Amino acid sequence: MPTFVYMTRCDGCGHCVDICPSDIMHIDKTYRRALNIEPNMCWECYSCVKACPMQAIDCRGYADFAPLGHSVRALREEKKGTIAWKIRFRDGREKNFLSPIRTTPWGTIKGPAEYAAPRAEDFNRQELAHEPDSLKIEGGLPALRREQLKQGVV
Amino acid sequence: MGLFGRKTVTVDADILVIGGGMAGTGATYESRYWGRDLKIVCVEKANIERSGAVAQGLYAINCYMGMQWGENQPEDHVRYARNDLMGLVREDLGYDIARHVDGTVHKFEEWGLPMMRDPKTGRYQREGKWQIMIHGESYKPIVAEAARKAASEVHNRIMVTHLLMDQKAKRVAGAVGFNVRTGDYCVFRAKAVIVCAGGASHIFKPRSVGEGMGRTWYAPWSSASAYALPIQVGAKMMQMENRIVLARFKDGYGPVGAYFLHLKTYTQNGYGEEYESKWKEHTRALVGDYIDHHPTPTCLRNHAFLQEVAAGRGPIRMVTTEAFQDPHKETVGWENFLGMTIGQAVVWASQNIDPKYINPELTTSEPYVMGSHATCSGAWASGPEDYAPSDYQWGYNRMMTVDGLFGAGDTIGGTAHKFSSGSFTEGRIAAKAAVRYVMEKGKAQPEVSDEEVRELERTIFQPLETYRVGRNEIVAGTVSPSYILPLHGLQRLEKIMDEYAGGISTNYMTNDKLLNRGLELLKMLKEDMRQIGAEDLHQLQRAWELQHRLLASESVTRHTLYREETRWPGYYYRGDFMKLDDEKWHCFTLSRYDRKTGEWTMEKAPVYHIVD
Ligand SMILES: Cc1cc2nc3c(=O)[nH]c(=O)nc-3n(C[C@H](O)[C@H](O)[C@H](O)COP(=O)(O)OP(=O)(O)OC[C@H]3O[C@@H](n4cnc5c(N)ncnc54)[C@H](O)[C@@H]3O)c2cc1C
Ligand code: SF4
Ligand code: SF4
Repeated sequence: MPTFVYMTRCDGCGHCVDICPSDIMHIDKTYRRALNIEPNMCWECYSCVKACPMQAIDCRGYADFAPLGHSVRALREEKKGTIAWKIRFRDGREKNFLSPIRTTPWGTIKGPAEYAAPRAEDFNRQELAHEPDSLKIEGGLPALRREQLKQGVV
Repeated sequence: MGLFGRKTVTVDADILVIGGGMAGTGATYESRYWGRDLKIVCVEKANIERSGAVAQGLYAINCYMGMQWGENQPEDHVRYARNDLMGLVREDLGYDIARHVDGTVHKFEEWGLPMMRDPKTGRYQREGKWQIMIHGESYKPIVAEAARKAASEVHNRIMVTHLLMDQKAKRVAGAVGFNVRTGDYCVFRAKAVIVCAGGASHIFKPRSVGEGMGRTWYAPWSSASAYALPIQVGAKMMQMENRIVLARFKDGYGPVGAYFLHLKTYTQNGYGEEYESKWKEHTRALVGDYIDHHPTPTCLRNHAFLQEVAAGRGPIRMVTTEAFQDPHKETVGWENFLGMTIGQAVVWASQNIDPKYINPELTTSEPYVMGSHATCSGAWASGPEDYAPSDYQWGYNRMMTVDGLFGAGDTIGGTAHKFSSGSFTEGRIAAKAAVRYVMEKGKAQPEVSDEEVRELERTIFQPLETYRVGRNEIVAGTVSPSYILPLHGLQRLEKIMDEYAGGISTNYMTNDKLLNRGLELLKMLKEDMRQIGAEDLHQLQRAWELQHRLLASESVTRHTLYREETRWPGYYYRGDFMKLDDEKWHCFTLSRYDRKTGEWTMEKAPVYHIVD
């Protein structure tokens, strides 16, 4: 379903322009509001819908295979850590779903430079950052022996 | 100010990561861990917060061993991937991902990705042997946060068009592109480059060609840059013929993994009959005892699907009406789509398809070229230092055949079934090796000729000029004798690949005659690309995405022509060589492109298996 923007709700803030992975949400020069400039390159990924603070963006299923009258709405609330979905069928039936999106506060990921620096000898070993501890296994990082790899058909 | 009064922005880096998707965020994170004092720059054509194939989120992590609970060992995953790809995967690389991937997934959980857990065992909830279930709506924003914490700079909205080479030292020297918002010409000079630019959609004509043409299975922004960038500088590619076709829910391409594995739904033909077993002997005649392997390789399941439909017993349907009576399963079924393929929910809502009461149709998709799913096209890369055979080792782990040029995720060939977690992990592997490269070999800043940089600038922005001049010839509209628009070129490319290289309109069938004709037409399209016109910066991005798709398509066609057998029936068929031929073709196909002459060189490379 390519996206479209409701004229009365959009205030031209540009969040959708900033996020769209397809670069197809643009600000119309005359109306100073957002629009989808290339609906046939829209993946219906909802990134713009989720990012719009005004709930101004909606989707209408692709005209070439989606009959009218349906809707799939999303409300993503970062602070609450949830996303709520409302699906309405063409015949009016509805379904609602709610999922968590994150278990830790936004911005709290520890950057890699905040860990102790690797030792010189670690560069010549195969372990990556935080290994072997992060694997949660005994005996260290698994490895093959060179002679285990042979040509032929198996 | 450069040509046409345009601004040139020059950025010097130690490590340049191209593409901030799953592999790119992993590479950025790990680069900083090992390269504390290095300048690490991540450049992305969209916004890393929601870019790449995981923009809408995922509902499962499809590659997790569970070594902590003794669920699987890395060897098991290698055997699984080998089996699914009909014997041909880089087992050294696959093992390397599998041994590290659990550590990556544990980090995701620590960062705040909501994992589902089995209430009885407390372990991650398994969807299948390799898949674990997540509430992954924010998967991409979470890994993006980790990457931003690691990078010296993240440059969003820069379309990278070419790699730069230090011609004297014969090593990679950076990349160039343009800012899609400002039109600045961007020159990145770097000591090592990690290409993480994702897979390729819109190589073959999609089933939907109207408003819904963007509703492809892989994202429409997966533009084959991962292949075109290395190909242009002469890096060897492998298995580019190994495109993938997916059996998915019709029109929305909603994934079927959770349905088969977790919800235990199953398929039947239009008359309510089981059909897969019927085609077993027929398939055996083509591929021998590969049909007896467990689980049945993805391509062979497709093959049975295609045969049944061709026999006039379609449509194939997924039987959901039994499982969906369980409210928990119904919720999982819907959330699975809302979490990663929202378009499927829309198709069902619009057509009143409630899977609780109606068994939805499946279809087989147009082919895709990528390296992280049940397929493994991509760059030919050096293997892990501790055990890779010498045929697979010429330098640093994940370094391509060009010095200082690394890759991960869809970019790297031979490592099927790595998926999101494996791509991130491979980015980490490549990054550690790239840091070592910079510390040991790459210390000096590579030299780039000013002439080359200026020449590339002219090339990159030419479509704007072509349009500006040609536009004055005509009254209005899109038809001009002097230029074609990116969409015109894209649709021509898709039609050529579809009709000549084994797309949907020939039921994935091709042969040497068709492929050679396809190459002739691709050559003319390549010539016409000199006359591509771009109205604005957005269209300029589309023009370069098309250039990248075109070069990758040529590679796909060359490889398909070279491999004289049908290795993966259900993905594509060589009508002139309908059988799998282990005697001649139990090998990898490699190609190298010479950009000066436009010639391709093809060769075979050996396959090493873990034998014990
Ligand atoms: C519908 C669907 C369902 C999937 N389901 C699952 C699942 O359930 N579980 C799972 O584990 N995996 C799943 N996957 C697979 C997973 O998404 C991929 O394996 C993974 O994203 C590959 O990572 P990557 O970094 O190679 O590519 P991507 O994540 O696509 O990243 C590529 C990046 O490069 C950027 N880029 C491209 N070209 C350029 C350029 N020229 N200049 C600058 N930047 C560029 C892109 O914008 C993008 O950010 C699914 C994929 C799809 C599409
Ligand atoms: S994010 Fe919403 S309000 Fe802001 S420009 Fe886009 S549509 Fe308008
Ligand atoms: S749904 Fe996705 S692709 Fe479509 S306009 Fe919105 S962000 Fe862009």
